[in-house]
Amino acid sequence: MSNFLTLPILLPMFIGTILIFFAKKHKLQRVIAGFSALSLLGVAIYLGYIVYTDPSQIITLEIGDWPAPFGIVLVADMFATMMVILSSIVGVVCLFFAFKTIHSDREKFYFYPFYFYLLTGVNGAFLTGDMFNLFVFFEVMLISSYVLIVHGGTGYQLRESFKYVVMNMVASAFFLVALAYLYATTGTLNMADLAERVQVLEQEGILNGIAILFLFVFGAKGALFPLYFWLPKSYYGPPAAISALFGGLLTKVGIYAIIRVFTLIFVHNTEFTHTIILILAGGTMFFGVLGAVSQFDFKRILSYHIISQVGYMVMGLGVYTPLALAGAIYYIAHHIIVKSALFLFAGATQKITGTTELKKMGGLLKTHPWLGWLFFISAMSLAGIPPLSGFFSKFALILAAVQKESYYIVVVALVVGILTLFSMMKIFMYAFWGEPKISQDKVNRKEMFALLRPIIPLVVLTICLGFFAEPIFQYSLGVSEQILDPANYVNAVLGK
Amino acid sequence: MKNNISLHTVAQISVFIVLSFSFYLLFAGHNNPGGGFIGALMAASAIVLLYVSFDLKTIKNVLPLYYPYFIATGLLIAMGTGVSSTLFGYPFLTQFFQYTTLPILGEVELTTALMFDLGVFIVVIGIALLIITTIAEDDE
Repeated sequence: MSNFLTLPILLPMFIGTILIFFAKKHKLQRVIAGFSALSLLGVAIYLGYIVYTDPSQIITLEIGDWPAPFGIVLVADMFATMMVILSSIVGVVCLFFAFKTIHSDREKFYFYPFYFYLLTGVNGAFLTGDMFNLFVFFEVMLISSYVLIVHGGTGYQLRESFKYVVMNMVASAFFLVALAYLYATTGTLNMADLAERVQVLEQEGILNGIAILFLFVFGAKGALFPLYFWLPKSYYGPPAAISALFGGLLTKVGIYAIIRVFTLIFVHNTEFTHTIILILAGGTMFFGVLGAVSQFDFKRILSYHIISQVGYMVMGLGVYTPLALAGAIYYIAHHIIVKSALFLFAGATQKITGTTELKKMGGLLKTHPWLGWLFFISAMSLAGIPPLSGFFSKFALILAAVQKESYYIVVVALVVGILTLFSMMKIFMYAFWGEPKISQDKVNRKEMFALLRPIIPLVVLTICLGFFAEPIFQYSLGVSEQILDPANYVNAVLGK
Repeated sequence: MKNNISLHTVAQISVFIVLSFSFYLLFAGHNNPGGGFIGALMAASAIVLLYVSFDLKTIKNVLPLYYPYFIATGLLIAMGTGVSSTLFGYPFLTQFFQYTTLPILGEVELTTALMFDLGVFIVVIGIALLIITTIAEDDE
């Protein structure tokens, strides 16, 4: 038992609430928000440290002192704490970028409170050990995201976020239906208890049905094929700081839930469920990257890439070996960092050129070399060029798939990798090469560095993830071995 | 609607009845039907009754309330209740209760869950009235 576990959830919630009182004083808001986001990062790293050094590497808390299968438990295992750390990193970086780019009118309309409520929902979804509680935290996160995605209220945002809201409402309704089925079948919603009961329940047909229903729900929220159509347009609307936060975090919460549920609970018939997951992964990768290839807009290309890369993570789950899952986990870490960085680069270029359309840009490498080369590093990392982090994660995934002799997915993954490189080069060529097309410099050198300052840590992180691939890969292997052995989780929660 | 004295009189009286019933629901909750959420909806409906029978501006002068602060205050109370148990080394949100005898009321159950419910009560009043007044002000 450790109450420290509640801190990554309570701290952002508390700060968000405090910020409601100071909604009209944007300087004070920034100071409070900045310091508390940094302390949240500190809390997350410390939690990761105590979980890592704990003998069982899992820490649980029975909320309200209700014993485990009946009450709600919070469970911090290595996977969950890793995700909490990543979400806090992105939370800090996007917040500091928002200080520079969000208009003060938006700040006055509760931008920061909802920003922190979003982090509350995300961290809660990672740490909870109860299916219904997962639903609740998903809703906390989604309601905040509804506000943030429409924040500012331009016509485009209103139109696209309506689709986003409808899509997520439908998915949430199905989430509830799936929970009801699950509860009716097993009589529990505690994840550890579910893990035990699903294995002994000889009801394969209905459990497969429930598993697919959950896959649908999380797939809709995590933008899996064929449910990704809402993502590119809705992520295009809001300002870069919000797009970066969403692009880095939100779909990954869906992916986290898929990985959690399909390694802990629905492992009764992996032949069936995980093959479907693998097929979906292939479709997601391929159609996502085709979307990216066909676009000529900085932010839209990046949005389509989210989809294709979600495919890689789910591919790791579909292959379902320790190496593949380690690759998927490494990929999640890599993706969250690089994707947020790229969206912030899109925001910075938009600030300079006033547009996100690639054909109207050009020659930024001459006028803003730092921006150009830092973008180049992140773009190459996304495409998977060694020695950056994208390479090692893709390498592990493809190696695992070859070992399992699923050659089709290997071919798809390699083709998608090439197309990713192609579309990232497209951005680089159109936006950074060629003759400068903007007549005068809107952003001077000093402002430029102020914009780049929040992004640089992310670029450094992706380089580090690449150069220290060995220890980090060992860590991901540890995580994947832990989640592939549900007995650890069950014992830690139910105290057997 | 200039001469609507009967509406005003009925509204003024019934608001107090509705409000006191909403507090009854708040205190009855937890072990019996009722609770912070339903009580707050009822309290909000009482205030909406005032808004409907008089008009928005009059009530704003009489009750100069800023609803977003309600939401924040309620959340802080509810969170504070949860956190208070951690100060004594119990898990987050652990609830405690005790039966005591108070003058007039007799034996009552004092519980920390009531504080949590009070937080919910304030949040829900804030949200319900914020939504309703925002929509009402929209066409101005």
